[in-house]
Amino acid sequence: MAKDGLSMADIEKMSARDAFGEALAKAGETYPNLVLLGADAIGSTRAAAFMKKFPERTFNFGIAEQEMVAAAAGFAIRGKIAVATAYGFLLSLRACEQVRTDVCYQNLNVKLMATHTGLSMSDAGTTHHSTEDVAIMRSFANMTIVAPSDALETVKAVNAVLAYEGPVYLRMGRGSLSAVNTGDYDFIIGKAITLQEGTDLTIIAYGIMVNEALIAAQKLAAEGIKARVVNMHTIKPLDVECVLKAARETGAIVTAEEHTVIGGLGEAVAATTAEYHPVPVIKVGLQDCFSVFGPEDGVRNAMGLNAEHILAAARVALERKHR
Amino acid sequence: MHLTIPELEKKAAKIRLRSIEMIETAGGGHIGGSLSAMDIMTALYFRIMKVNPNQPKDPNRDWFILSAGHKAAGFVPVLSERGYFGDELLNTFNKLGSPFGMHPDKNKIVGCEVSTGSLGHGLPMAVGIALSLRMDKLDSTVYCLMGDGENHEGTVWEAAMGAAQHRLGNLVAIIDYNKCSMDGPIDSIVSLEPIVDKWKAFGWHVIRIDGNDMAQVVAAFEQERPAGKPCMIIADTLKGKGVPSIEGDYHWHYGVLNEKQLEQARRELGGKCNG
Ligand SMILES: Cc1ncc(C[n+]2csc(CCOP(=O)(O)OP(=O)(O)O)c2C)c(N)n1
Repeated sequence: MAKDGLSMADIEKMSARDAFGEALAKAGETYPNLVLLGADAIGSTRAAAFMKKFPERTFNFGIAEQEMVAAAAGFAIRGKIAVATAYGFLLSLRACEQVRTDVCYQNLNVKLMATHTGLSMSDAGTTHHSTEDVAIMRSFANMTIVAPSDALETVKAVNAVLAYEGPVYLRMGRGSLSAVNTGDYDFIIGKAITLQEGTDLTIIAYGIMVNEALIAAQKLAAEGIKARVVNMHTIKPLDVECVLKAARETGAIVTAEEHTVIGGLGEAVAATTAEYHPVPVIKVGLQDCFSVFGPEDGVRNAMGLNAEHILAAARVALERKHR
Repeated sequence: MHLTIPELEKKAAKIRLRSIEMIETAGGGHIGGSLSAMDIMTALYFRIMKVNPNQPKDPNRDWFILSAGHKAAGFVPVLSERGYFGDELLNTFNKLGSPFGMHPDKNKIVGCEVSTGSLGHGLPMAVGIALSLRMDKLDSTVYCLMGDGENHEGTVWEAAMGAAQHRLGNLVAIIDYNKCSMDGPIDSIVSLEPIVDKWKAFGWHVIRIDGNDMAQVVAAFEQERPAGKPCMIIADTLKGKGVPSIEGDYHWHYGVLNEKQLEQARRELGGKCNG
């Protein structure tokens, strides 16, 4: 039994989305003041596991995301841990003002648990892609942003986010099918995890891009290049210490995110290094363009979001480092 | 606290005058909508609501949400008159470092439950509060005061549907129907009519009153409400009520009275406070 309430064997069999549902349902036992709010997508967000167990603590607002987020603020004002679930684009775009003003400005214990973020609803098209959510959420004071990279980390992140007091945006995508985090480990909000040591450059990623970063690092290793790989599961507050250590010790950074390069992790890292220890920072992500639709692999490839693109960015970073 | 109707009328006149003078000191404020809603807020705080300024967080209290946050210039003097904080603090209104400005901040103002200012947020937050009160089996009522123009916002109608669906009998909303928003008379911008039918059609119990007639205001709050239905009080009011020269004039959404008007207000309202 892992200390997160679910057994490791169970988690290994789950998709990240199912892991989220199970973790939330489990947490319902730990937190009698936890309420779940949904907007006609409780089933597809997998929060249904909680709803089944705690119907009296589940509230469906229908297709009214703004009302749901404002109502979550109302619950939190009364001391509840209010978990509001919806697709990422709806929480960040449709309910943007409610998140900023009702949740963040009032500094309330609302957990925005966003599913289907990034390009994970690939065939649904740009309307359903969440590729600006991190930029939007990052700009709000009091907000914390956490993005787990696989099923195990999703369970850990859900628990950490619920234990933390204050507004959080938990960004979940389809999640990597391959586990990138192994064994039981401590998940601490704001503390990045170095998955692989390296001295030539550092690849910093979150969410599904962590796995791509590991693949890219492997390919680099075959060429004798030692890449450090960091799982930056908390985008805000950024683990500044980890970023500066990477800058000082490896001298070049590649960031990778399933998000526009504007306002995301890449800019956060670049801003930090620019201030304290400038090094080349090459940003992998959507290059200021809207996404295409189609099958997931095809879409990610078209948008420049796989290991090959990280590899190309790494070469640029190394060249600039030695210039 | 349970003031009689004549006492409430005097109280409302007194707070109106205080609000006007506070706006004068601040150099400006949302005077029209603060004055139109004053009878409603006074009735709530001095008769209807279970609240205790010495224990502002009393778990058994009733809840007031000023969804039309710009009416803070009326709301804040109500709180001070009720004893949540000293009257002298009102002189800081809208000054740097003051707990209050044009729109109320719950983390700075004792007795203020919810931060508002952007219209259309209060009712959906009130829905969350009402749901959580019911979940905790607390017998408290949530009162939510909205502007009429605020009803243009789509989120109001999301919450209207949600409150009816969740059968929130512990939620009472009031529309300060002063027939004006910021740019002009509301019917010349986007009309809300037929407003009673609309809220009824959304599943609410609807009462229509003269919101500047204290006896009617009190009766609306005190009459029995059907169980399992949210209640909407459509209160016909006059923007700028209490200062005859600005009453009903949308230009007085925001402003500060001149010397002559101030004199008139002091005479009119002063007479009512003492009369
Ligand atoms: C969402 C939003 N849009 C615009 C404003 C600017 N604004 C402040 S008050 C107001 C008019 C409000 O009219 P109404 O609700 O009728 O209030 P009242 O006339 O009673 O003052 C406007 C447009 C705002 N505060 N919030």
